[in-house]
Order: sequence, then structure tokens, then C-alpha cells
Amino acid sequence: MSEMVNVPADAAREAPTFSQGVRDCLPTLLGYVGIAFAAGIVGSATHLSVLENALLAAWIYAGASQFIICAMLAAGSPYSAIIFTTFIVNSRHFLLCSTLAPSFVKYGLLKNIGMGVLVTDETFAVAIGKIIKKQGISARWMYGLNLSAYVVWIVSCTAGALLGKWVPSPDSLGLDFALTAMFCALLVLHLDGIKRSRLVHQLFLVFCTVFLMAVLSFFMSSYLAVLTSTLIGATIGVLTEK
Amino acid sequence: MTVQISNLLLFLGCALVTALPRVLPFIVIRSIRLPAPVIKWLAYIPVCIMTALIVSSLFIRSGGRVLIDWQAAVAVLPALIVSILTKNLLYAVIAGVAAMALLRFLS
Repeated sequence: MSEMVNVPADAAREAPTFSQGVRDCLPTLLGYVGIAFAAGIVGSATHLSVLENALLAAWIYAGASQFIICAMLAAGSPYSAIIFTTFIVNSRHFLLCSTLAPSFVKYGLLKNIGMGVLVTDETFAVAIGKIIKKQGISARWMYGLNLSAYVVWIVSCTAGALLGKWVPSPDSLGLDFALTAMFCALLVLHLDGIKRSRLVHQLFLVFCTVFLMAVLSFFMSSYLAVLTSTLIGATIGVLTEK
Repeated sequence: MTVQISNLLLFLGCALVTALPRVLPFIVIRSIRLPAPVIKWLAYIPVCIMTALIVSSLFIRSGGRVLIDWQAAVAVLPALIVSILTKNLLYAVIAGVAAMALLRFLS
């Protein structure tokens, strides 16, 4: 860090390099590895092969939806419902990418597509932090950040899947519950990152969604109840916002 | 190391609908702007869907009846408490899984 303080103002404004992007990714990797490991174990518990787990990680590359795909596969949901749910869950990336995209307008279309396809909650957080602090951002830096996260994600998911294969009976060890525990943690971490003033509103939405789920589960299958509660819940969120 | 074709097609479909919202802004957002209510609505999706997914795993369906899975309902508590205390995903997963294993061992 000390060398960064000493560089002249002109040099500081130079576009950050690919390897700088890799370095900026490092602090987030610990979180990545943990989730990816869990995702691999859950995939294994869903009776996906190691190769299928690796493909899931490489093609979809989105933690929450990989868990959802496994959960819905295990529940025997129709593929159309799984794909639609995946779309709904990952539609939030539209928001993240819409925030990032203006900073990369000067680069070519293909470069932009390459950057966008690998944006995650974590790389978004690192990139937007850099943009807000006006530290300068470049396509090669973004590629360094994105690609290191991507490689670590696939390797860790595959490692988790391999470990999951060794565990004899996932159910008796409670491993099938990893999914639910994971969502509990994701929910808490999500709420933890929200400003105090908005927290009450979000907790109100949690309450609404629980209520909707309890009612809707009597009328429809669980995956449809999840979707419907989410759509109604988010709409209540918009309508009740101050 | 087997791959089922049906799974492969499913993953491909999921990959396409995942890539779309990621890439689209980098292609078109330069010129258009989303209406504010849509942006707000998208921001509320994560909290609602995570809650819904947790709740859905607490129900068991048998015949036409919907019952509460008490083991899951109890195991959710250590998972929630540990994630609030540690803010660490892996610890929360370990706590939840350990609690579930213990409950099944005891019952």
C-alpha cells in the first residue's frame, strides 16, 4: 500500500493492470471457497457426478442458483420451473451489471460481454468500491478480478463435489440440510449489509414472505409457492417503500 | 464421471438465462435506462426468495396434507444464530448440518 501512496497523481490515474485485478480479488476468495465447497457437497448429495458439478459451476457460476437447481432437481421439479426460477433468482445481476456497465462504455462490445458474463455479487462489490473511490478502473483489471474468482470457484466446487462423494450417507450426516443452512446464512448476511433505516422494512418483507409461503403451500407445489411468494413479496416491497 | 444428457440440457438452459441479465446491460444499458420501480423491485428479490426457500424446506408434503418438518424447523435456529454471531457462511452451514445430524441421531 505504501508504494501506492507515493506514486505521482498522473501515474495513479493510469489504468490498473490485470495482475492488480487478481490481487484485488484475493480478499474475497475465502468467502468464495466456502460457498463453492458447500455447493459442491450439496451437488454431490443431489447425486450429481463430479463432472456435472464442475459443469454446473463453470456454466452457471452463481452460488445461490446452483443451490436452487440442486434443491429443485432433488424435489423432482419440472425443468421449465427450474430454468424459470434460475432466471428469477439471477435477474438481480441485471441490476449489478447496469450499475457497472457505464464505466466500461469506451471498450468494445465483445470485451464488454466478456466482462458482464462473469459478474458476481462479490466482483461487483470490489469493482463498485473501486469506482466509487475513483481509483480508476480498466477492462484488463476487471478481467483479472473476474477470471481469478471464476477459476477459484470452479476448482472449489469440484473439490467439494469430490469430498461429497466420499461421505457415505449424506442424509444421516445432515448434509441435505446444508442447503437450508446456507440460505439462512445468505439471508442474515444480506440483511447485515443493509442500512439500519431500511432493515425494519426488509424484516417486514421477510415476515410477509413467510406468511405467503405458509398460505400458498396449501394451494400449490413448493416450487410454485416459492416463486409466487417471491414475486408478491418483492411487489409488496415496492408498494410499502417509504 | 458420468454426465446425463437431460442434466446437461438443464444446465445449458440455466446457463443461458443466467448469462442474459449479466450481459444485457453491458450491451444495451449505454442507451436505455430502467424505470425506477423495476430497479426497486429487483432489489427486493433476494430477501424474498431466500426467505421463501428457507420456509419451503420446513414443510413436508404427504398426500394432500402439508406438515411441518420439526427437525428442520429446530435445526434452522442454530444456523440462524451462528450466522448472526459469526457472519460466516461456512460456520453457519456447519452448525446447521451438525444440528440436523444430531437430531436424526437422537430420533
